[in-house]
Amino acid sequence: MAVRYGSPLKRAVTFYIPLTVMVGATLFPFYWMVITSVRPDVELYNVKMNPFFTLHPTLNHFYYLFELTMFPRWAWNTLFIAVVSTGISLFCGLLAGYALARLQFRWAPSLGTVIFITYLVPPTLLFIPLGDVVKAFGIGDTPWAVILTYPTFLIPFCTWLLMGYFKTIPREIEDCARIDGASRIQAMVRISFPLAVPGILSAGIFAFTLSWNEFLYALVFLSSPQQKTIPIGVFTELVRGDVFYWGPLMAGALLGSIPVALVYSFFVEHYVTALTGAVKG
Amino acid sequence: MADQSIEPILAKSATPGASAIPAPVVVVAVPKYRRPRRLGHLLEQEHILAGALLAPTLVILTLFIAYPFVLGIWLAVSDKVVGRPGNFVGLQNFWVNLNDTIFLRAFQNTFVYTFIATVLKLALGMGAALLLNHHFRFKRIVRAGMLLPWIVPTVLSTLAWQWMFDSTFSVFNWMLMNVGLISQRILWLGDGTTAMGCLILVNVWRGMPFFAITLLAGLQTVNPDLHEAAEIDGATAWQRFWRVTLPLIKPIMLVVVLFSMIATFADFQLIYVLTRGGPYSSTHVFGTYAYEIAMRAAKLGQGASISLFLFPFLLMVIVFQLWYIRRSD
Repeated sequence: MAVRYGSPLKRAVTFYIPLTVMVGATLFPFYWMVITSVRPDVELYNVKMNPFFTLHPTLNHFYYLFELTMFPRWAWNTLFIAVVSTGISLFCGLLAGYALARLQFRWAPSLGTVIFITYLVPPTLLFIPLGDVVKAFGIGDTPWAVILTYPTFLIPFCTWLLMGYFKTIPREIEDCARIDGASRIQAMVRISFPLAVPGILSAGIFAFTLSWNEFLYALVFLSSPQQKTIPIGVFTELVRGDVFYWGPLMAGALLGSIPVALVYSFFVEHYVTALTGAVKG
Repeated sequence: MADQSIEPILAKSATPGASAIPAPVVVVAVPKYRRPRRLGHLLEQEHILAGALLAPTLVILTLFIAYPFVLGIWLAVSDKVVGRPGNFVGLQNFWVNLNDTIFLRAFQNTFVYTFIATVLKLALGMGAALLLNHHFRFKRIVRAGMLLPWIVPTVLSTLAWQWMFDSTFSVFNWMLMNVGLISQRILWLGDGTTAMGCLILVNVWRGMPFFAITLLAGLQTVNPDLHEAAEIDGATAWQRFWRVTLPLIKPIMLVVVLFSMIATFADFQLIYVLTRGGPYSSTHVFGTYAYEIAMRAAKLGQGASISLFLFPFLLMVIVFQLWYIRRSD
């Protein structure tokens, strides 16, 4: 869709000003995280001071976070959980997505529908009974409680995305391989899977950020401080009763956001593909 | 099939008196299919391969979605509390809910929150998508930065908002007071109505990029020739948007709205972090109130009955969406 440019003034009013406001509003909370995390407490809790900048930046809040809380441990937990649950979900989603997109069997359409429905089931509906299930398996308060439950929303997503992706790969490529003597499995693993790598990457990045960010299951299933993930740890361990330690809180929020922001910035296009692909299916 | 059917037939033909059955024909035919018994050959058959490929997914989804769902329905009609087995109590939990003023407030809040936030996200997201559809310098960076609220952990960005809404040190109050618009601090999260406004604001801030980016993807599929043709025919920019762009991106718009509605309707983390349902339980939604009752008050049955209230609405959206997909196929 081509957009023509009017006079500079008109373009400023209809384009640059709204764009600046939009970008400013989007990014302001992040600026606030950064500035809070480096301002000393005497400035943070003084209403007379201009809160927008500081002349005495400090790393005390980060020091507090690393030395006096279990933040490094939470970071490791979050990473471990996100990587393993993404791996499980990609494995399952790749196989299931291939089966639903490529193989002819009686239950294909109805199974596709079932997986689409599970994709729309929110954690809020299931967390109470799921807590019982997790306990019954004896994995409550261990990383496995969330590693095995995150795939409930990651697998349907990966399956749905990869199913759409496999449908865009021409079936003829596989047929050629079959004629040249490849078995059904070889055609799948050697021909179709390598062609689906961009789709796998998109699904993987999206799944990784989803599990890095998850809150409800982690809040309910993980209770000891050394088992927590960053979102839970920062939220529950840096607030004592009614006292909020805003400096360390914002330092933790910043550090917890940076890894996903980095992963995302390297793979923006893949992320956007996953985002729009997940919607279109 | 063939593997299993051969044993009984052989057995039968060996039995005296069963000679009336024309077994020999089958016996001759079957071994041809029987010889390649290796796994690889079994997987040559598409329905067997499909079963093998889908098995891990189905096991996980059955164990952690289907089973908990059934268990949740059982909990909702039981009086289970933490540490004690529950008894069947029929619809008592639902009856208790409908007579609980906090629950009724949460019920109303859920719909208000979902409706207002979704409308705002759609309107602002559409505006943002139209802006991003222009050609300008740093477009890629701006587009990438736009998505940040959507990708960082909601809990962490919501904590930043909570600090910005702080009763004493709110930056908004500082700005408004220095500009001279207010003389007294506004307690942003101190009253049910303004707190709900803040929740909606943060939700819109977080969810708008999702609308913007998906709608932008929709806009990019609109053929520019159509716009040119409409312009030559004398259509104004406004008319072109309503008559050309909107009908073309309606399908993707509808799907985005439905996705977002489900997520907003079932929201938990944003509300739980920003207000914890307060002040005075005035900003609870289904998700946070279910958590409050099940996890803090330890009434699992009662809590499960509250989260089950999400189900009819979800079902409606899912049925509508499936119907829509079928129709457009």
